[in-house]
Amino acid sequence: MIVKREKLNFWERLYLPALAGGLKVTATHLVNTLFKRGAVTMEYPEQKWTVPEGYRGAPYLVKDQDGATKCVSCQLCEFVCPPKAIKITPPGLAGQTADRANAEKMPLEFEINMLRCIFCGFCQEVCPEEAIFLMKDYSLTGTNRAEMIYNKEKLLELGGVHHDQIKKWEHKLDEAKEQEMFPVKD
Amino acid sequence: MDWFNHLNPDLQFVLLSAVKVLAVLFLALLPMVAYSVLAERKISAWIQDRVGPNRVALPLLSGIPFLGSFLTRLGIWQPIADGVKSFLKEDFTPDHVRKIYFWLAPAITLIPAFLTVAVIPFGSTLGAQKMVIADLNVGILYSFGIVSLGVYGIVLAGYASNSKYPFLGGIRSSAQMISYEIAMGMSVVSVFMLVGDLNLSKVIEYQAGTTLGFIPNWLVFKQPVAFVIFLVAAFAETNRLPFDLPESETELVGGYNTEYSSMKFALFFMGEYANMIVSSAMMVTLFFGGWTLPFFGLDQRAESAQWLTGLAHIGIFVAKMLVLMVVFIWVRWMLPRFRYDQLMDLGWRRFIPLALANILATAVVLFLLNK
Repeated sequence: MIVKREKLNFWERLYLPALAGGLKVTATHLVNTLFKRGAVTMEYPEQKWTVPEGYRGAPYLVKDQDGATKCVSCQLCEFVCPPKAIKITPPGLAGQTADRANAEKMPLEFEINMLRCIFCGFCQEVCPEEAIFLMKDYSLTGTNRAEMIYNKEKLLELGGVHHDQIKKWEHKLDEAKEQEMFPVKD
Repeated sequence: MDWFNHLNPDLQFVLLSAVKVLAVLFLALLPMVAYSVLAERKISAWIQDRVGPNRVALPLLSGIPFLGSFLTRLGIWQPIADGVKSFLKEDFTPDHVRKIYFWLAPAITLIPAFLTVAVIPFGSTLGAQKMVIADLNVGILYSFGIVSLGVYGIVLAGYASNSKYPFLGGIRSSAQMISYEIAMGMSVVSVFMLVGDLNLSKVIEYQAGTTLGFIPNWLVFKQPVAFVIFLVAAFAETNRLPFDLPESETELVGGYNTEYSSMKFALFFMGEYANMIVSSAMMVTLFFGGWTLPFFGLDQRAESAQWLTGLAHIGIFVAKMLVLMVVFIWVRWMLPRFRYDQLMDLGWRRFIPLALANILATAVVLFLLNK
């Protein structure tokens, strides 16, 4: 395609009208920023983006509505995690039991290295217990590496409560009671 | 002040000049350089719909209820932080530079800018003192002579850095300054043909009063072409956009100051702004009536008892200068950088003939009027 080059007339070649036009544009922006619209800048630490639904932020552990740890220490997330950011210490054979009825166990320690985490969301997808979720936090800071490894306590605190619709373990308990299958814990 | 009057006149003159130099340099010029950097950052931010520097806060002053936070938002403390930062940064001298010239170049850029201030009358009289450091009768020639020294700093920086980008910046700078200084000098010739004197105080006296009762006698109205040429040449001389080819950070990294860091870089930076201030002061003096205002009798020299009028004159001069500084900053965000050949073309083939034609036209008009 050939773009036709229009010959400039004297007024245009004088260059001054273009200058005046340019000055007008910049002056309008200045006046608008100062007196009308305000600046487009979002002043970060004071103002923050609200992230959209489905945003993949930092992964945290959640509790159920009874305040019990949902994670059962199955270690699927540990295995699936591409950058190996998750490290789970299971309770062992004679270890602590889960803090809710009928569940077998919960992790002794659950660590996510936030420096390694790539926020892919595989842990959330693979979790059979809906115990880990990618939340909306996108700004994780710390002054050293050790501080960036979040332990179970911190993850649970940051994750908060997840209102479970299915209540899998409650149903299991009811079923077991109906069938009088013991031993189950109450 | 009794002891002062007993001194001999020569010593009095020396002392008073020293006081004027110190006052102008440290109370006016250096703070203005610092705050014009802030103004540049703030105005450019507003033009680009941004906020600009608004974080630096001083421990006690920013605690004042309303004013403190307002000043912080305005970035009023930013220049202090900038200054402290430049002093604390590592002053790095690369191995490959030519050391002596590398150290000299920033100073040579800054000093001419300061020297030019000497001849500019920044006020009428305060007490019995003329508000000009040196009332030279060849004021304008002196300032042109000194201003052209400024280019050596940049060329020397380019040469001393011993690296290709600064070198290109230095070459461009010398070519640019030479071509625009001719146009600048010639545009001023027509001004002095009207005034009939090279002394800058005389130029201001010529611009007192009004024509038709309301138009000031300023030379910008009598010599608009000369003013336009001078303005454009001033942009080129101070390396401001659209003529910042020596620096052009997009193509030459940083031009002549690529290899510089910390305070040496800050000196170049201050030099640029000092040059801006000086050329706006020069334009105010030559084209906008200097410290005069054609109303309320402010276009006459203040008597020795009229301290208030004397101060008002200084205020008027500074106000006019600030307006021109804002224009400098404003234009920066409007025009893209010129291509090298366009720059040369504009200097040699447009402005020099135009300036010559202007001189000729002025001469013809003067001849016809005086006949």
